[in-house]
Amino acid sequence: MDTPYYQPEIETMKRADLEALQIKRLQNTLRIARQSPFYKARLSEAGISPDNIRTLDDLRRIPFTTKNDLRAHYPFGLVAAPMEQVVRLHSSSGTTGNPTVICHSQHDLDQWANRVARCLYMVGLRNTDVFQNTSGYGMFTGGLGFQYGAEKLGALTVPAAAGNTIRQIKFIRDFGTTSIHAIPSYVFRLYDVMRELNIDPRTDTRLTTLVIGAEPHTDAQRRKIEESLGVKAYNSFGMSEMSGPGVAFECPEQNGMHLWEDSFIMEIIDPETLEPVPDGEVGELVLTTLDREAMPLLRYRTRDLTRILPGECPCGRTHRRIDRFKGRSDDMFIVKGVNIFPMQIEKILMQFKELGTNYLITIDTINHNDEVLVEVELSDLFTDDYSQLQGLTREITRQLKDEILVTPKIKLVDKGTMPQSTGKAIRVKDLRKNK
Amino acid sequence: MTIKQLSVFLENKSGRLNEILHILGEADVRIIAAMVADTTEYGILRLITSDTARAYELLKANQVSAQQNDVIALSCQSTARVFAHQLGCFAQEGLSIEYMYSFSIHDKAFVILRTNDPNRVGEVARKYDLSIITEEELLRL
Ligand SMILES: [Zn+2]
Repeated sequence: MDTPYYQPEIETMKRADLEALQIKRLQNTLRIARQSPFYKARLSEAGISPDNIRTLDDLRRIPFTTKNDLRAHYPFGLVAAPMEQVVRLHSSSGTTGNPTVICHSQHDLDQWANRVARCLYMVGLRNTDVFQNTSGYGMFTGGLGFQYGAEKLGALTVPAAAGNTIRQIKFIRDFGTTSIHAIPSYVFRLYDVMRELNIDPRTDTRLTTLVIGAEPHTDAQRRKIEESLGVKAYNSFGMSEMSGPGVAFECPEQNGMHLWEDSFIMEIIDPETLEPVPDGEVGELVLTTLDREAMPLLRYRTRDLTRILPGECPCGRTHRRIDRFKGRSDDMFIVKGVNIFPMQIEKILMQFKELGTNYLITIDTINHNDEVLVEVELSDLFTDDYSQLQGLTREITRQLKDEILVTPKIKLVDKGTMPQSTGKAIRVKDLRKNK
Repeated sequence: MTIKQLSVFLENKSGRLNEILHILGEADVRIIAAMVADTTEYGILRLITSDTARAYELLKANQVSAQQNDVIALSCQSTARVFAHQLGCFAQEGLSIEYMYSFSIHDKAFVILRTNDPNRVGEVARKYDLSIITEEELLRL
C-alpha cells in the first residue's frame, strides 16, 4: 500500500527518540569534525570534546561557524575525511573574496539524495513521475541535488538545465513531464511562453506538481502559479553549505517547511545577542550537520531569518517546520535597542491596499535621536480628501509601532520612485554609519 | 448634476507638477480648471479637463497616482456678494464646503466645489435656484 511517508520510521519518529538520535549523531559529528585542521583548533580552544556534549543544550557551548571561516580556510581547511574519500565538491561563485567550497564523500552524496527523494515523495511524486529540472547544473547545487534525489526516488529525471524556454516546453509535452523544479520567476516565464504558443498548461500538459524555491516569493505568488498551471506548488529550502536542496520542504499541508532534524540541528538565534529566541519568534537560522562525514559544519550561521512554527503538523511528521524566509540577518538594524527586520515592516505595508509594493527605510540621527523614516509608494490615489490621506499615514504608523515598537515617520511618495521589489533591492539606508 | 474631476497625488518635489502637465500636454488634453493644494509633505492637484477618463489612463500608464471623482460646478456672476450668497445657501442647509475653486470668463464665474454631502447638493440648488452646469456646458466654454 502507498504510504504518505518515504521513511515513516524517521519522518514520524517520536520527539524524544529524534532528540536522542540528534545527540548521538552530534557526538559522532564532533568526532569527525576534529579531524579537520580548522575544527581541531577551534574545538580544543573552546575546550569541547564529544564526551562533554551530552545534551542539546550543551550544543550552545560550541562556537559558531560563519561563511568567513569557510573563506579563510579555502579550499580544504574544513575537510575532515581523508581526501581519497572525497568524491565531489561544490563551490560558490565567490563574487566577493574566496569562494566557499563544500566537499562530499559518497556517503554524504547518498544521504543528500535520500533527503531530496524524501521531500519529493512527501509532495506525492513516485517512480512513475517525470521530473524535469530547470536548475543550472554544474556548481549550482539545485542541478545535481535534484537530479540524484529524483533518480533515487525512481522518477524519470530530465536534466533540462536552465534556459531555452521553447525547448523546455517541448520536453514537457513530448516526455509527459508531471513535475518541474524551477524558481518562481521562471515558472511565470514558462507560463507566458506557453500562452504565446497557444498551449494551455492545464489541459495540454500532464503537469501536477511544482517545486519552487531559491528565490523569495509570497504565498499569493504561489497561488497564482497553482491557478495558472493547474498544479500544486511546494516551497523548497536548501543552501550549498548544507549540501543543497533537501534541508527543509513543504508537506501537502503547505504551511511551513519541515526541516529534516535527523540530518540537521536547527537553532533560531537573535543575530545581535546570539542567544536563542523563543519558539515562534523570528531570528537567524543556525544549522549543524548531523550526517556529513567529509565536511561537517557546526552551528553554521546561515544569515537567513525565519521562525519555527509552533505546534504539530497535521501530516504526522514530527520534524519541526520553519516559516517562509523573512530576509537576511545582515539587513537587520537596531533602533533604540530594538532589533528590526525590514520584513516586519514590509509585512505591515503589504496589508494596505492603498499602497504599492515598493518602499525604502531610512534610519538617521536627528537631534541625537535615531529616527526611522519609511517612504512608501501610493498605489492609485484612493481619495480626494486630505484627512483620509493623513488618516492612512496615522494608521500605518500605529500598526508599525505595534510591530517594531518604535514610532516611524511615514512618507507617501509617487509610484515608480522607490527601489523595485524584484531582485536584491536595497530596502534599508542607515545614514547613522556615516556619522 | 455632477462633473468629473481628476485628483492627482503630488509629491512635494520640484518639477513634479511640470512632469504631470507635460504628460497631459503630450496627449493634447485641455485643462479647463486647475488647483493645487498642499501640505508640507504632499499635495493634491485637482483638474477639470476635456477628457477625464483619458487623462486618468495616461497618468496611470505613467505611474502617477490619480483618482477620478465627482464635483459640482455652478455658474454665477463673478462678484464677491454673489459668491457669499451661494456659499451661504449651502451653510444654511447644514452642508459644509470641503474645497472650492473658481474661474471667470468676463463677468461670469464658474465655481467648482465639493461639499461634505454630495447627495444633497441638487436639493439645495433647486431650493435656492442656483445654476448648476453640466459637463457638456462646461466643455463648450
Ligand atoms: Zn506536515
